[in-house]
Amino acid sequence: MNVISFFEKNGMITSFLIIAIIMLIAEQISTRLLRKKIPGSAIAILLGLLLAYYGGMITGGEKGIADLPLFSGFKLVGGSMFRDFCIVSTALGVSFPVMIQAGKAGIISLALGLVVSFVVGICVGLAFGYQDAESLATIGAGTLTFIVGPVTGSALGASSDVIALSVATGVVKAIVVTVFTPLVATKIKLDNPHAAMVFGGLMGTTSGVAAGLAATDQKLVPYGALTATFYTGLGCLLCPSVFYLALKALM
Amino acid sequence: MLIYGLGLLAFSYLAGQLFGDVLGEMIGVQANVGGVGFAMLLLVLLHNYFQKKQWVKAQFDDGIGFWSNMYIPVIVAMSASQNALLAFNNGILPIVAGTLIVIIGFALVPLFSSIKTTTHS
Repeated sequence: MNVISFFEKNGMITSFLIIAIIMLIAEQISTRLLRKKIPGSAIAILLGLLLAYYGGMITGGEKGIADLPLFSGFKLVGGSMFRDFCIVSTALGVSFPVMIQAGKAGIISLALGLVVSFVVGICVGLAFGYQDAESLATIGAGTLTFIVGPVTGSALGASSDVIALSVATGVVKAIVVTVFTPLVATKIKLDNPHAAMVFGGLMGTTSGVAAGLAATDQKLVPYGALTATFYTGLGCLLCPSVFYLALKALM
Repeated sequence: MLIYGLGLLAFSYLAGQLFGDVLGEMIGVQANVGGVGFAMLLLVLLHNYFQKKQWVKAQFDDGIGFWSNMYIPVIVAMSASQNALLAFNNGILPIVAGTLIVIIGFALVPLFSSIKTTTHS
């Protein structure tokens, strides 16, 4: 009997067990070694990222540790279906008055978040010697999220290595948001629903915002997710059209 | 019954995501527009209505609460299945662009948080 294929067959249940062990280790590190200075959930997410790096290194695949047969259930449990389902379930804690009060700030930060990300991406692209509008727009789009980058790149006919760069940029953004949000949260006053909605609109990367807020304060997650959920869709709408044309007009 | 709560959550999720997909198709983008947001709104509105009708009984909320408690474990699984290798082995550009935008974003949060909608309360 092949043990690995047994665990692969029961992938989802296996991943529940492994995640429980990861959470346990993270809690222990947090309480015993760090005296709760860094929350257990933040350490667990960091451990997850290390596993992802290790998995990518030994398999060469795209799905981190989930490309190993033993961890194949992570594809499902860590996929967008479960993630979005859990985000939706947190909505019961949302307060409508607070949401409406933060609505204007949320919308403004969403609009500005899209523009600022695109411009920053283009500036970095220029600094690295890219000259054509298609490549620059693709890199700018990747600075929004790792979905907007390839969508824009393929719409504009950018080369595959530029598209890969744009995906990588989006993934770096998600990871940096995940790791640093709990560390800077108090400094940027990210401790209330209002600020969380602004934060979600500015950052946009749903996986980063969700993970970063979860590690900061779980109550803030639905507010951040509420604005972030519009970011990728609007980015896919604006980058290959309005933003690209504006860039082309400027060059 | 627990399953009714779960059923309401599933309904809200599916309806919201479907609407987000249709909206994305209508405006001609290959992505879901606001699906999660619409699902969240729907869940809150329906749950309020159910409460008024007194249909929310016993373990109804547990069917939803379980999933909001599963949130961090799911995020851990998600981060473990990211393409972390691609992120850090693709030269300097992604690291510079990806880090710079986050620093700028962090700096803008307190600035934008001061925008408040005036209400008559």
